[in-house]
Amino acid sequence: MSIQAWTYLLVGLSFALYIGIALKSKARSHKEFYVAGGGVSPLANGMATAADWMSAASFLSMAGLISFQGYDGSVYLMGWTGGYVLLALLLAPYLRKFGKFTVPDFIGDRYDSQLARIVAVVCAIFVSFTYVAGQMRGVGIVFSRFLSVDITTGVLIGMGVVFLYAVLGGMKGITYTQVAQYCVLIFAYLVPAIFISILVADVAVPQWGFGAADPSSGVYLLDKLDGLHAELGFAPYTNGSKAMIDVFCITAALMVGTAGLPHVIVRFYTVPRVRDARLSVGWALLFIALLYTTAPAVAVFARTNLLATVAGEQVDRLPDWFGRWEETGLIEFHDLNGDGRVQYVGPNADVPNELVIDRDIMVLANPEIAGLPNWVVGLVAAGGLAAALSTAAGLLLVVSTSISHDLLKRALWRDITPRAELLAARIAAALSVGVAGWLGIHPPGFVAEVVAFAFGLAASSFFPAILLGIFKKTMNKYGAVSGMVAGLAFTATYIVWFKFVDPAANTPANWWFGISPEGIGAVGMVVNFVVAFTVAHFTPPPSEAIQELVEDIRLPDRLPEST
Amino acid sequence: MKPLDRRAYWRANLRWLALLLAVWFASSFGCGILFVHELDRLRLPGTGFKLGFWFAQQGSIYVFVVLTFVYVFVMNRLDERYEIMRKGEADGERP
Repeated sequence: MSIQAWTYLLVGLSFALYIGIALKSKARSHKEFYVAGGGVSPLANGMATAADWMSAASFLSMAGLISFQGYDGSVYLMGWTGGYVLLALLLAPYLRKFGKFTVPDFIGDRYDSQLARIVAVVCAIFVSFTYVAGQMRGVGIVFSRFLSVDITTGVLIGMGVVFLYAVLGGMKGITYTQVAQYCVLIFAYLVPAIFISILVADVAVPQWGFGAADPSSGVYLLDKLDGLHAELGFAPYTNGSKAMIDVFCITAALMVGTAGLPHVIVRFYTVPRVRDARLSVGWALLFIALLYTTAPAVAVFARTNLLATVAGEQVDRLPDWFGRWEETGLIEFHDLNGDGRVQYVGPNADVPNELVIDRDIMVLANPEIAGLPNWVVGLVAAGGLAAALSTAAGLLLVVSTSISHDLLKRALWRDITPRAELLAARIAAALSVGVAGWLGIHPPGFVAEVVAFAFGLAASSFFPAILLGIFKKTMNKYGAVSGMVAGLAFTATYIVWFKFVDPAANTPANWWFGISPEGIGAVGMVVNFVVAFTVAHFTPPPSEAIQELVEDIRLPDRLPEST
Repeated sequence: MKPLDRRAYWRANLRWLALLLAVWFASSFGCGILFVHELDRLRLPGTGFKLGFWFAQQGSIYVFVVLTFVYVFVMNRLDERYEIMRKGEADGERP
C-alpha cells in the first residue's frame, strides 16, 4: 500500500473513533459541559491532560527544534515538563478544593473583585486564541502534505470534527476523546522512534539509544555528532550557543507559564477530590514525559541521519525524500558554487551554506529519511492530527467557558438560567471554532512570535496571582490587581518592542541583561510579585470571609460525618 | 479539625513543599543549566552522555515525574495522620 493509502486509512479510523466517542458523551448540564460533571478518574484525566497539553508544536516541531539547537533545545524539554511540578505542588490541589469552573472564577472570588475577574478573562481568551491558531494551521499542513487536499479543506474537516465533540460534548466529550487521542499520538510518536533507535544504535529504548555507541565504529553517537558539527562549522551539538542567563530565564518562563495556562489548570476541576487532583498531575506528567524524553533522541537520530545522507553528497545521488520535500518548498537547495555537491555548513565554516531546511519537517520526514515502512509514515500523520485536534478542543472550551460563564453568568447577566447558560456556552464554542478555523486558513504572520506572548503572559499574570491567593492569606485585591497589571505591562512592552516595533534590534547585544523576549516572562513574574507585596503592604487586608476562604482551600476535603 | 491541628497540617505541608521544590530546582536549574559545564566533564557511566547534557535533556524530567508521585505519597500520609482521610482510603474505595 502507498503512503497516501495508509494515511487515509489510519486518519479515517482515528477520526471515526473520535466521532463515535463524541456522540456517546453528550453533555446534558452546564456542569458536564464545563468540568465533565467532576467525575473523571485521575488516570483518564492524566491522559486527557497530556493530550490537551501536547500540541502540534510538541508533536511536530519540538524534536526538529532540538535537532537544530542541540543543548539550547533543552529549554523546551525542562520548561514544558518542570511546570507540572509547580502545578502539582502549588496549584492543582488547592484549585480543586476551591472547586468552581474556571481560572477567572478563582481570581475573581478570591480577590472579591470584578476588575480582577475581567483582567483574567481577557488574558485567558487572548492566550487561548494565540495558541489555537497554530493548532488549526498544523491540521491544515498535515492534511495538505499527506492527503493531497488543500489547506482550506483540511482545516474545514478539522473544524468539523472539533465542532462535533466540543460543541455537543463540552468538557465531557473532550475528555474522553482526548484519552483516545493520547493513545493515538503516543503510539505514533514511539513506533518510529523505536524503529530508528534499533536501526541506528541497536538499542530498543530511544531514551537510552541516543547515548549508545554506533555499532559499526564503536564511537558514541553524540561524540560522532559533535565531530560532524565541528567539521561542518556548527556549534557543538551538546554545548549550544545561548547565554546561560537566557537559558535560565527561558526555562523559568516556560515552566511558570505552563503552570499558569488556563486550559491545563481547568482540567483539574474535572476530578472528584483533592487527592485525585494530586494523583492526576502525576499521571499527566508521566504520560507527557514519555514523549518528552523520546523527543531529544529523535532529534539526535534525525540530525545524524540528515548530516550523513545529505551533507557533501553529490546532487544526482541524493535520496528520494529530498526531492519530495523540495517540491513543498520546505527544503531549499541552491548550488551556489556549482560543484554539484550539497554544501550544508554552519556559521563557522569558510564556504557558503547552500541548503535551508524547515525545522518543522524533521518529525514528519524522519521515517522517510530512515527508510521505514509506509504505514509508519501514515501513523505519524494520524498522530500529528490527534495532537493538534486535542489541544485545539481544550483551548476552545476555555474560550467558550470564559464567555458564557465568566463574562455572562458572573459579570454581565447574573440571573441567567442554567439552561440558557448551557446554550450560551454551546453558541460561544461554535463561534470560537469558526474563528479558530478562519485563523488557520488565514494565519496572521506573527503566530510564531506570539507564542512567546502566551507563556510570558501566563507567567507574569496568572501564576503569581493564583499562587499568592493560596499561600499569602493577607494578599488583597489591590496588590493582586496591580501586580497582574504591572507584570503584564512590563512583559508585553518588552516583547512588543523587540518583536514588532524594532525587530532589527532583537539581538543579544540589545537585550536587558542578555534576556531574550522568550525569557522575559520570568522577569515579569518577579515584577508582579514585588508590586503585589508592596501595594498590599500599604492597603487594608482582605475581609474575614476571604481569609476564611483561604483557610478552607488549604485543607483537602473533610471526612464525611457519617459512615 | 481544631485550629491548632490546622496550623500544624499546613506547616508540615509547607516543609514538604520546600524540600521537594529544592530538589526540583537543583535537578533542572542546577544540574541542567547553572553547573552544566562542570558536570559535562563527567559522563554517565557506560554511555556517551555528558552528565550536564543528560540532566538537561533526560535526567531532570525523570526527577520531575518522581517528585510528583512522592508528593502524592507524602500528602496522602499526611492526610491520614491528620485524619482528613481514613487509613487505606487513598488505595481503594471512595466515601
